[in-house]
Amino acid sequence: MTKQTALYEWHLAQGARMVDFAGWQMPLQYASQLAEHKAVREAVGFFDVSHMRPLDIEGKDARSLLRHALANDVAKLDAHPGKALYSTMLQMDGGIIDDLIVYYRGGDTYRIVLNASGAEADTAHFQKLIDQHAWQVTLSKRSDLGIVAVQGPKARVRVADLLQIPALESLKPFTALEQDGFFIGRTGYTGEDGVEIIAANTLLPELAGRLLTAGIAPAGLAARDSLRLEAGLDLYGQDMDTSVSPYASNLGWTVDLRDSDRDFMGRNALEAELARGEGPRLIGIALPAGIPRHGYVLEDAAGTPCGVVTSGIFSPSLQCGIALARVDIPVAAGSILQLVIRGARKPAMVVKPPFWRQGAATFSFTEEC
Amino acid sequence: MSKIPQSLRYSDTHEWAEDLGNGRYRIGITDHAQALLGDLVYAEVPEVGKDLQAGTVCGVLESVKAAADLYAPITGKVLERNEALSDSPQLLNEDPYGTGWIMVVAAESAAFAELMDATAYAKIAEA
Repeated sequence: MTKQTALYEWHLAQGARMVDFAGWQMPLQYASQLAEHKAVREAVGFFDVSHMRPLDIEGKDARSLLRHALANDVAKLDAHPGKALYSTMLQMDGGIIDDLIVYYRGGDTYRIVLNASGAEADTAHFQKLIDQHAWQVTLSKRSDLGIVAVQGPKARVRVADLLQIPALESLKPFTALEQDGFFIGRTGYTGEDGVEIIAANTLLPELAGRLLTAGIAPAGLAARDSLRLEAGLDLYGQDMDTSVSPYASNLGWTVDLRDSDRDFMGRNALEAELARGEGPRLIGIALPAGIPRHGYVLEDAAGTPCGVVTSGIFSPSLQCGIALARVDIPVAAGSILQLVIRGARKPAMVVKPPFWRQGAATFSFTEEC
Repeated sequence: MSKIPQSLRYSDTHEWAEDLGNGRYRIGITDHAQALLGDLVYAEVPEVGKDLQAGTVCGVLESVKAAADLYAPITGKVLERNEALSDSPQLLNEDPYGTGWIMVVAAESAAFAELMDATAYAKIAEA
C-alpha cells in the first residue's frame, strides 16, 4: 500500500503523472520536465517533498545522541537556534545509513528531515542508541507535517511576499524561522536559492493553491532529479548507500573530526580510511556527445575499467550528458576518461561537482573532449 | 487521453506505421509512447539501407532521465530517416504523427496488414 501526501488529490487535479517513489505516490512531472527544470533555474517552482519525514528530537541528551549518531557535529549549532546542518549517519564500518538535515530549535530540541526510504529504519536506529545509552530523549515522528520546497532565484522574495513574512528576505543560508505555523528553512536540493516549508498537512493544499495562483508552478520528481544532479548533489540509494563511506561519496566535507573526544559512529573506520589515503571516489563527468546512465562503465586511457556511473542524465541547463560516477583510481579534474555507451567509447571529461552554479556552467570542454 | 489516428496501424511496442503506397511505410512512435518517455533529448535512428526485423531493437530514444529502445514495428529496409530529429528530438514529443516521424521503410504489405488497427491499439495504450 503506497502512501499519499496531503497534496495527492491536488497533484491529480493538476494532471500530474504519479509514480511510486520509496513507498509514496509522488508527482513525476506535470506537463514537461524540461519546462519545470527551466522554471526553477530561471525564476521559481515548487515541489511537494512530503515523502521526506520530519522527526523531532527533544530531551536533555538530544545533543549527545546527535553528536554520537551523526558524522557532522551538531555542536556547530550550539547558541544558534534556527541554524541547520547537513550530515550523514554512519554504520560502524563507515557505510552511509542515510543523509539528512538537522535543524536546531533552541534548548534541547532539534528537528531532523529524513529520506523517505530510510525514515522508519533511521528512527529505530536512533531509538536503539537512546536505549543503549539510557539517554533522556524523546523522538516524535511528525506524520502530521508535510514539506513543500519553493526553489529558484526568485523563490525567497516571492514566498516572503506571498506569506507576508519579510524576515525571509534576510534569512541566511541553512537557517530556519518559524512563523504562523510555517517552519521555513533556507535549504533545498536544486542548487538554487530557495526555501523548504514544513507545515501541517491540513495547510498544504491551500498553500499549494496560493503558490499556483501567484504564478509559481509545481515541478515533479523528474525535474528535481535533473536539478540536483546539475548541482552535484548525491541521491541516497543511488550515489551512496551502506556500502560506501562519505569519503567515497564526495561528502568528506560533512565529516567533522575536529573534536577528538567526540566518539561518533563510524569514526574509527573513517580515520583508518583516511590513514590509508586511498579508496573509491565519487567524481563528476561531462560528455560532449552521448548520455551517461546508471551502471555505464568508465575506462581509463589504457582501456581498463576504472569506474561506474551512479547517476546520469542529459543536463537540460548544459545541454550535454553529465553524471556522478564512482572510480577506483585517482583522477584529476579536466582529465579525460572513456565512457562505454552501448559498446561505443565516448570521451568523458572529469569535472569537480557541481556542474552548474549560479546561472552558469562550472567547466568548459577542451579540445581533447 | 492520447491521440490514436484511425488512418494508421500500430505495433504493441508503441510505434505507428502509415501506408505511403508502393510498399513504402512511414514509421514513428505514438502519442502514448512520447508521453510515457517524457521530454526526448536524443534520438539514435537506424541508417538508410539498414534491414529491420519486426520486434527487434533498431535504435534508441533518450529522455533527460532514461534511455529507451526503439523497436522496428515491421520487417523491411530503411529508405529514409528523419534527419531533423538529430537536432530537434523534441519533435517526437511535439508532433509524433507529423514532423516527429522517424523513418520510411520498404516492407511487404502483408507485414503491414498484421499490425493493429487504432481500436486494438487503443486497448493497449489505455491498459
